[in-house]
Amino acid sequence: MIWGVLQFPGSCDERDALHACSLLGEARLVWHEERDLSGVDAVVVPGGFSYGDYLRAGAIARFSPAMEAVAELAAAGAPVLGICNGFQVLCEAGLLPGALLLNESMRFLCRQLDLIADPALEDLTPPEGGQVLHLSIPAKHGEGRYYAPEEVLDHLEANGQVAYRYAPGQNPNGSARDIAGVRNEAGNVVGLMPHPEHAVDPLTGSTDGLRIFEAVAAAGARA
Amino acid sequence: MPKARVLIRPKEGILDPQGKAVERALPALGFEGIEHVHVGRMVELEAEDPERLAELCEKLLANPLIEDYEIQNL
Repeated sequence: MIWGVLQFPGSCDERDALHACSLLGEARLVWHEERDLSGVDAVVVPGGFSYGDYLRAGAIARFSPAMEAVAELAAAGAPVLGICNGFQVLCEAGLLPGALLLNESMRFLCRQLDLIADPALEDLTPPEGGQVLHLSIPAKHGEGRYYAPEEVLDHLEANGQVAYRYAPGQNPNGSARDIAGVRNEAGNVVGLMPHPEHAVDPLTGSTDGLRIFEAVAAAGARA
Repeated sequence: MPKARVLIRPKEGILDPQGKAVERALPALGFEGIEHVHVGRMVELEAEDPERLAELCEKLLANPLIEDYEIQNL
């Protein structure tokens, strides 16, 4: 599988994302002005502050030529993973439901926390009789409070589109229903605020992030 | 070119921590009796075709899921 990792002016986590992808397959950077993504099987929209986060986080990045290509790939069922600012971009682009608002605390936060993955995500299902699987992943953001209208939240839950939640008591930003990440109806587009690409090497304390990349790749294969 | 001003504010019912923080700071400064503070954005622009401003707001200046906008043609 060949991964394309987008790079906007103001992206800052594309190198770690590139490294994470290269552990699973081939990977290359995609500059935001590239319109042709032929040969790319899966896409990561990385974290950072695309276009300075002017206006709203992700609002301007969604109009980039590369995002037009990503929308086409997503429609064709390719796996697309949006991380942090990338999650905000996918929401602004309408590829994922909801929006990310200023943290309830109004403070930028940076901490390691536990995520609970939807057991329906392949590769993340605990063995039979096993405990609920907690993934230890760092989060760092100022605008990560997931919001969607109540009826949309109900629909997402009923439809299995809540991919990741903060473990009980660990919701760091006031997100609705502890939601840390969601996916689209087909299941191939996934976005989350925490940073799996920073948790792929034992040196930094957790390799749980790789399982998220694997789960997204598997979800794309099914879509 | 015709000038316009676009006011963008958080939708009613959505927690607005900026507005809350401003509101909480007011009594300490001696401003009593001020409530329901909301903080939004203002965009000033000149538009050849003011008819298209609503579309511009829907697509870029505001996120209709979380924000309301108001166009003032000046």
